[in-house]
Amino acid sequence: MKSLAKHREVWLVVAIAALIALVATRFPGFARLGNLATVFNDTSILMILALGQMAVILTRSIDLSMAANLAFTGMAVAMLNSAVPDLPLPLLIVSALAIGLVLGSINGLLVWKLDIPSIVVTLGTLTIYRGATFVLSGGAWVNADQMSPAFINFQRASLLGLPVLSWIAILVIAAFWLVMTRTPLGRSIYAIGVNPTASVYAGIDVGRTKFVAFCISGMVAGLSGYLWVSRYVIASVEVANGYELSIIAACVIGGISIAGGIGSVAGAVLGALFLGIIQSALPVINVSPFWQMAISGSAIILAVLLNARGEREQGRIILKKAEAA
Amino acid sequence: MHTTAPKAELKAPPPANAAPLLALSGVSKSFPGVRALHNVSLSLYPGQVTALIGENGAGKSTLVKILTGIYQPDSGEISVGGEPVHLTSAHKAFEHGITAIHQETVLFDDLSVAENIFLGHAPRTRFGTIDWKTMRANAREVLDTMHAGHIDADARLRDLGIANKHLVAVARAMSIDARIVIMDEPTAALSAKEIEELFLLIEFLKSEGKAILFISHKFDEIFRIADRYTVFRDGEMVGEGLLADATQSAIVKMMVGRAVDHIFPEREPNIGAPVLAVSDLSHPTEFDGISFELHKGEILGFYGLVGAGRSELMQAIFGITRTSRGAISLDGKALHPKSAADAIEAGIVYVPEERGRQGVVTGMPIFKNASLPSLQRTSKSGVLRLKEEFDLARRYTGRLDLRASSLSQDVGTLSGGNQQKVVIAKWLATRPKVIILDEPTKGIDIGSKAAVHGFMAELVAEGLSVIMVSSELPEILGMSDRVVVMREGHIAAIYDNKNLDAETLVQTAAGIAA
Repeated sequence: MKSLAKHREVWLVVAIAALIALVATRFPGFARLGNLATVFNDTSILMILALGQMAVILTRSIDLSMAANLAFTGMAVAMLNSAVPDLPLPLLIVSALAIGLVLGSINGLLVWKLDIPSIVVTLGTLTIYRGATFVLSGGAWVNADQMSPAFINFQRASLLGLPVLSWIAILVIAAFWLVMTRTPLGRSIYAIGVNPTASVYAGIDVGRTKFVAFCISGMVAGLSGYLWVSRYVIASVEVANGYELSIIAACVIGGISIAGGIGSVAGAVLGALFLGIIQSALPVINVSPFWQMAISGSAIILAVLLNARGEREQGRIILKKAEAA
Repeated sequence: MHTTAPKAELKAPPPANAAPLLALSGVSKSFPGVRALHNVSLSLYPGQVTALIGENGAGKSTLVKILTGIYQPDSGEISVGGEPVHLTSAHKAFEHGITAIHQETVLFDDLSVAENIFLGHAPRTRFGTIDWKTMRANAREVLDTMHAGHIDADARLRDLGIANKHLVAVARAMSIDARIVIMDEPTAALSAKEIEELFLLIEFLKSEGKAILFISHKFDEIFRIADRYTVFRDGEMVGEGLLADATQSAIVKMMVGRAVDHIFPEREPNIGAPVLAVSDLSHPTEFDGISFELHKGEILGFYGLVGAGRSELMQAIFGITRTSRGAISLDGKALHPKSAADAIEAGIVYVPEERGRQGVVTGMPIFKNASLPSLQRTSKSGVLRLKEEFDLARRYTGRLDLRASSLSQDVGTLSGGNQQKVVIAKWLATRPKVIILDEPTKGIDIGSKAAVHGFMAELVAEGLSVIMVSSELPEILGMSDRVVVMREGHIAAIYDNKNLDAETLVQTAAGIAA
């Protein structure tokens, strides 16, 4: 199974390379290192969000409220920034993380304590968080001229040749890699996704672990809220509307199984990059928006098909054992 | 269909020389490492109930799966009504008129009674749509015939009790004109009154000339309803005949008398002070007033029929099932485990019965499975140390003689016996005081069984205490220092394992006066 998962990520790398090569035949500049760095930077927010979603999906849950959480947190920090321009940026970033964490923990508590399916909980909170964004802002926008220069320019600053936004994404990827592969929490997240019953017997609190996963996804959604509004220099109720689907698509393309327990940090990052490349490369070579969508959609179905194959084979192994028992 | 009163006196006496409706001969079936059935025969006669009797693992479920077309036998012949048949699929078995009514009947909760009865063969209108009117009328007719007119054909199945669901399952069998009805532990979840109704129904099926295979652990039911018996032991048919000529003790002897298939380890029991004390532990529905003590260095066997409450009791001691009353103490200190983590922390671990569902995490490598309950110990400042995990896995799986190419191998690719070794290793790694093993050798090959037994002997020699829940008599008699027999959620007796014989245990577990 592990070799299969590896195989899936290798397949993604090949697909991404092929996509870049294809675009490069029409537009050689695309494959230049500088341009690829730009694509990476453009995809940073999606990668961060996909990693948070991955933590939730691995536990057999889903977080549909990430984009709404992003919009609310983005609006909150933008309003805070415009109201108190002297507030230091680190404090704003910490409050973005904290607001996102609170919204994520509401999802987590509902899933844990009331045992409501996560798809229902987050479908509800998606609407509530959007509505709350409207109530908070009264429907008004926060524009560039209301934001402090530090707020806007931080992620654009260059550090060792890369924008700070890219470095933040790299930092988040590293943190997720550490948590998912090297901590008891990450191990528990995988274990409850693969076999919740056996995990209970092993002394893992399944509900609490799911709660923590939702807190993680909330926190990265909050962080992305700040990154998003400072990148596009606007905070409105409509920010990232419908973006939850892109986040989930990135995870699915990256080989993260909707059934839980299967998926990796590399997969989520590659899935997001694949989507990012399609969105940035195809317009360059004059592919119509319809074909962009069709290609993204086909990639999703292809990925699910490959995953389903893998899982079905695994099922057959289990059956053989069940027969012998 | 005409109405027949389901009265016992209407039934014709079983004709001694009638031809069997269904006959199996020389049927064998093996799974990797396990011989489930060896050269068995079975005959079912029209209008008669044949009881299939045997311990767990005797091969009863494998036989049912062969008869219903789910498994294919490796060799042997099956004939229905004198004609040889090949039951290559569930559908084929169905076409030959074989139907099974399971403990958990396979019906559709959200469909109506009529739909359940006629699913797959519903009457059609001219236009090919379902003829609801005829279907309802036919359903009512079938139910009336069975004296089950109290069931509303339009009711949703979800709203019926288990006994009525059984009636619907039988009605379905009647509607497809099934000739052979297999009842696999049909009374397990029924109340006494519902069991009476089921027996009336069985009398009715007999009067309709159906051949019935009745599988039950309960001797009173078998002697009450069945005409014939067939006894299986370790996958072989060891006796059959008319129940009128048999006694309970003769059948128990057939069930348990066996050649020793493997030698249990010789032990010099060195039993110390009590470690675990359970007093008056009770659960609202599963067990009541359970008191016993487990001593240092002791193997305490728990024997009983399936559904006697043994696993539920162990899960309560392990903190997974809540209790309503009673106390647990470990080394003299009161213990109130609220979760498995609490119990593990205190030093009690539980190796669950269902290895696939509750034990291993397939898809994860062996070393990750082995370290799962010990993650706090194998990590430092919150970061897992892979070397520690490997060392821990190597140390404990090595003691159990695990056969695997490497510790990074997916646990799902191991054989059942080796999976069980990983599960036991995982629990030992938590360094427990008390280890509870629930059916530790169920469905694993002889070699792995011997390894697990040898290892249990080592553990108690080192001063651990073991509770072993087992339905396998040789294992209970071969390994235990004392044996607790449970029946219907109570402790029926506690025996010292000195000159204890299998018959005593079976009779105590089944509630038969010796």
